[in-house]
Amino acid sequence: MSREYEVSFPVKGDNFEDAGKVSVEIKRLLKGHGITGDILRRAAIATYESEVNIISYAQQGNINVRVTDDSISINIQDRGPGITDIEQAMKQGYSTANDRIREMGFGAGMGLFNIKNCSDSFEILSEINKGTLLKILINR
Amino acid sequence: MNLTLLTEKLNLEVRCCKDKLDREVSGGYMGDLLSDVMANSKKDDVWITCQSHQNVVAVSVLKEHAGIILVLGKEPDTDTIERASQEGIPLLVTDLPGFEIAGRLYDLITV
Ligand SMILES: Nc1ncnc2c1ncn2[C@@H]1O[C@H](COP(=O)(O)OP(=O)(O)OP(=O)(O)O)[C@@H](O)[C@H]1O
Ligand SMILES: [Mg+2]
Repeated sequence: MSREYEVSFPVKGDNFEDAGKVSVEIKRLLKGHGITGDILRRAAIATYESEVNIISYAQQGNINVRVTDDSISINIQDRGPGITDIEQAMKQGYSTANDRIREMGFGAGMGLFNIKNCSDSFEILSEINKGTLLKILINR
Repeated sequence: MNLTLLTEKLNLEVRCCKDKLDREVSGGYMGDLLSDVMANSKKDDVWITCQSHQNVVAVSVLKEHAGIILVLGKEPDTDTIERASQEGIPLLVTDLPGFEIAGRLYDLITV
């Protein structure tokens, strides 16, 4: 059966109480659409890290997931400060997270690195003081 | 090994999801950095941590952990218990430090 599927969820900045809720919902939906195993695991990590980055650094954002017969494409767009040096942000261990964020166990500087590891293709587009767009592609 | 037996052997106290302790445990992961745990823990692991706030629950749901062990006498926040109950993630607590729990767990699971 070939069926395309697309969903979008808004994510509010600084809303740490709900951190991960959108990703849990997306994982459920993907599972319901027959996505399992390593592909599901990678999609879950990529959405979670992106969701937490919106909450940690941006004012608001949106996670869009599109499933086709041969791929899952996840686009995460936010309105926020943008990323000045993308290469540096991608490095494991680099983080600008404040103490409050670190106290909750975020801010290891691993999120973007993890997303890249889980993606077959990964692109970051960012504009200072406007926002950031992550384009993640996972082949099925 | 399931969580019921593990709870007995490690002398853990159960803070939620008593009805979910038949869950099988196949390994463990210890960490307090959420993106480390996201990247490196596995399905059916029990997660050993001292993070007691509610964000741990989403991580365990997404990674399909068997449960969470809070160490060093840390008690889960009320929100954490609420969310873990909704999601069916058992929360277990101990006064022991992570190193000791990890060591004992390793012996129980791999021997
Ligand atoms: N959406 C974003 N908007 C603005 N800056 C961002 C965004 N995402 C990441 N960054 C910047 O890139 C850095 C690295 O992000 P990354 O997700 O890799 O690590 P972290 O969020 O600091 O820690 P971790 O994800 O391990 O909890 C962040 O500290 C932040 O400075
Ligand atoms: Mg991050």
